[in-house]
Amino acid sequence: MTRAFLGLVRRDLALAARAGGGAGLGVVFFLSVVAVVPFAVGPDLALLARIGPAILWIGAMLASLIGLERLFAADVEDGSLDAMSGSLLPLELIAAAKGLAHWIATGLPLVIAAPFLALMLNLDPAAIGALVATLLAGTPAVTALGLIGAAFAGAFRRGGLLIAVLVLPLAIPVLIFAVSATNAAASGPVPFGTPFQVLCGLALFALVLGPVAAAAALRAARD
Amino acid sequence: MCNASIANRDSRGDRLRLNGEALACRRGTRLLFADLSFTVAAGEALVVTGPNGAGKSSLLRIVAGLMPATSGRVRLSGVPAEARISEQVHYLGHEDAVKGALRVGENLAFWRAVLGRTGAEVGDALEAVGLGGLGRLPASALSAGQRRRLAIARLLVADRPVWVLDEPTTALDAAAQARFAALGRDHLAGGGLILAATHAPLDFGPEVRGLRLGAPA
Repeated sequence: MTRAFLGLVRRDLALAARAGGGAGLGVVFFLSVVAVVPFAVGPDLALLARIGPAILWIGAMLASLIGLERLFAADVEDGSLDAMSGSLLPLELIAAAKGLAHWIATGLPLVIAAPFLALMLNLDPAAIGALVATLLAGTPAVTALGLIGAAFAGAFRRGGLLIAVLVLPLAIPVLIFAVSATNAAASGPVPFGTPFQVLCGLALFALVLGPVAAAAALRAARD
Repeated sequence: MCNASIANRDSRGDRLRLNGEALACRRGTRLLFADLSFTVAAGEALVVTGPNGAGKSSLLRIVAGLMPATSGRVRLSGVPAEARISEQVHYLGHEDAVKGALRVGENLAFWRAVLGRTGAEVGDALEAVGLGGLGRLPASALSAGQRRRLAIARLLVADRPVWVLDEPTTALDAAAQARFAALGRDHLAGGGLILAATHAPLDFGPEVRGLRLGAPA
């Protein structure tokens, strides 16, 4: 079962790497969002430092959604999902494996790119550290919730708009606590730990809910 | 005293049996078939025929566990009791489930890992379907018939007693069809069983029975 899980993760990573797009596209989107903000709000360093965590998180959240609409749709269309349902893995673990591969291919590069983009927004070192921690805990949650939208897009053959409409409302609590944790680390008065622990709780909840709900959507659409 | 694996093989050789009991399938408002019962035992093939839209594919998807029956049930006896039906069944649908971005060998290695690594090695399976030596080619370079052969090779890398085949010989040339029929006969001789929907005649040997689905009501 572990072998089947890892085999699926490895295949999806290979597909993401070879098909192009994937990681590169998300990071470039993230970069463009963050890079245009100083032009829009002006070169006020104090203001940029204050809104920086919010800008970075909005950019990362939207970038996490890129590519989700093909995540299950490709496997539904070419029959892979039907053939996979004969595997030792239940559909929930198939969804989890695909989510893990998607996060490694698109979420992890965002976490790695974030400290460099944070410098452009004049964040101080404490805030950058907090930002990376919240992204590490929060982007897997966004991807897991995104699995639900991805499953609907794949199962009902509807495009990407559905994903944003379905997933963003679910991801708003993650955004709220991630940004407030980063702000708390930068300027207080709440300690960083309080909102960060709520964020971790939300992430754990999403990691369970996402694959289970995605599997239910795929099952409902199959007949 | 006999050990567990021998007992398994015996039960598979003697008592493996696939039963459809009073199956019915409704798609939307149309009743495709009702009160359909059949039995296929080890070593036998059941070939489902019928006009387009008669419910052949639906029947196969129900048997493979991909879709619930409107009523009735599918039973597989002679396999370990704890096994789910879907883990005993190979489903080969209309689509080839081949990823063009991966190499031929990688496609098959993936299916071997996911379906349980109980069958032939990747190289041997490719050889058996006539794709020997093409393992390093990107799968996007294959022709339609070669992609179909690659899909058929999936049946060989994991050893499963029940093959459910939906139009398995689409796009295959005469030589490849004969080769596929030989693979099917080997599978039957090894104690497996086959449920296939097809328009083309398939030479699976003497133990082939037919099931004809009527025109849609």
